[in-house]
Amino acid sequence: MMRHEFPGLQQQVHGKPLVYLDNAATAQRPQAVLDAINNYYLKHNANIHRGVHSLSESATELYEQARNSLARLINAPSEKDLIFVRGCTEGVNLVAQTFVRSRVKAGDEILISHLEHHSNIVPWQILCEQTGAKLKVIPMNQQGELVLDDLDQLLNERTKFMSVVHVSNALGTINPVKKLIAAAHAKDIPVLIDGAQATPHIKVDVQDLDCDFYTVSGHKMYGPTGSGILYGKSEHLSAMPPYHGGGEMISKVTFESTVYNAVPAKFEAGTPNIAGGIGLGAAAEFMMTVGMDKIAERDQVLKVYAEQALSEVPGLRLVGTATNKSPVFSFVIDGIHAHDIGTIIDHHGVAIRTGHHCTMPIFQFYGLAGSCRASLAFYNTEQEVDVLVESLLKAKAMFQ
Amino acid sequence: MNNSLQNQQEEIIDTFDMFDDWLEKYQYIIDLGKQLEPMDDALKVDENILHGCQSQVWLVHDFNNGHLNFQASSDAAIVSGLIHLVMTIYSGQTPEKIIATEPEFIERIGLSSHLSSTRSNGLNAMIEKIKATAQSYK
Repeated sequence: MMRHEFPGLQQQVHGKPLVYLDNAATAQRPQAVLDAINNYYLKHNANIHRGVHSLSESATELYEQARNSLARLINAPSEKDLIFVRGCTEGVNLVAQTFVRSRVKAGDEILISHLEHHSNIVPWQILCEQTGAKLKVIPMNQQGELVLDDLDQLLNERTKFMSVVHVSNALGTINPVKKLIAAAHAKDIPVLIDGAQATPHIKVDVQDLDCDFYTVSGHKMYGPTGSGILYGKSEHLSAMPPYHGGGEMISKVTFESTVYNAVPAKFEAGTPNIAGGIGLGAAAEFMMTVGMDKIAERDQVLKVYAEQALSEVPGLRLVGTATNKSPVFSFVIDGIHAHDIGTIIDHHGVAIRTGHHCTMPIFQFYGLAGSCRASLAFYNTEQEVDVLVESLLKAKAMFQ
Repeated sequence: MNNSLQNQQEEIIDTFDMFDDWLEKYQYIIDLGKQLEPMDDALKVDENILHGCQSQVWLVHDFNNGHLNFQASSDAAIVSGLIHLVMTIYSGQTPEKIIATEPEFIERIGLSSHLSSTRSNGLNAMIEKIKATAQSYK
């Protein structure tokens, strides 16, 4: 589906057609995104928000249009609730340091889940070191789903914030975040949802979810690297202090004091990744044109096909078998190291990821050092899944 | 004075030249890995772990009669084969010869371009560690 729109997919590696199944690490970009970046540098290259000349104005307009496109993609009430960031990592760190830090003291608790990427663990551990707060974890089960039996105790009077991943990058599990948010809100606990792996696959509606913060990674959703969005409820963003000081985020500076600019500029110090933001806006437009419903539908067809195909590889064990999941497959093959599999199937043109996928606690749970991970996008095909399976069978034969 | 090490390298390079394609080379590397002398589990401790490799690699040595003997092990098959090649060249040699011999075979059999950067970095990390050990016994 829409495969022809992605020039990166039309190449060969080691003399074989590329089968790109590492989309959870980073997706390929459609021509529309490449054109938007190129167009900015070719025709609108100027700094934004401060120039009076034509190029600066048109660059500013493109950048702000991109913010509007992203607001529509996640159904934010206003584009002013969106802060451009480098990615989800920066978004989580920003919220930890500007929103949560002043709300916690020694003995308070921050709640995350066992399925978090390191980027939604480490910023909270840093915060805990700074404040004496404790990190609490919603447990997981063998299927790779969150166990919510003790949620009521985990969300207690000491809990000051909850930060949970929407879709697991390692296992593909789609978490019941709406339910989690409602449970936290019932106790007045604000919530951040890490949406890095959600926006490429499913329709996200931040108003329907009612989350306080939501992070979006540009390069996972067919946009440029180093681009992303932090959505925050406007009342939070207005009340939060700035994260970084510098140009753009001020309205008046003297040596005695500084008056900060309004949201979102208050959080966007320095010249931003202008081309990246514009490219990300183009990615959002592209996805809305294709239709998130169609993308989600195609994902599920691929998921069912790949699940069946992989189950036919002798000795292959899927890691994470949640009922509700995106087309991400972590697996191990008896007696063969993941890196060995990844190296050999690369020579058949197949790109997968091997290792712990920045989620070491998940693999500690399973007692594994890591896994192979094939992560599919809507542009992948059933034939590519077949090539994956054939290459795995060939690799297996080499190691026996 | 490096003849024995250099001869080992040349032999490895000649062997790899006989293979037609990369999968055959990998098969050969994998098979070499299977011949690697198993390492005692007691030696597989954190202080013997080699950093810079994506898979686990342990490296130990002993110095005997002016010669440095190395033993290494990995949990991955391809890395085990690469260890076999490195051991063939460097283990059982004098520190002086080890220091003086560059691992040309990596380049000449095409390992540097055909192994992922993380893994060839791991190979380089192993050789650096071997050379640093040799330096300490010089």
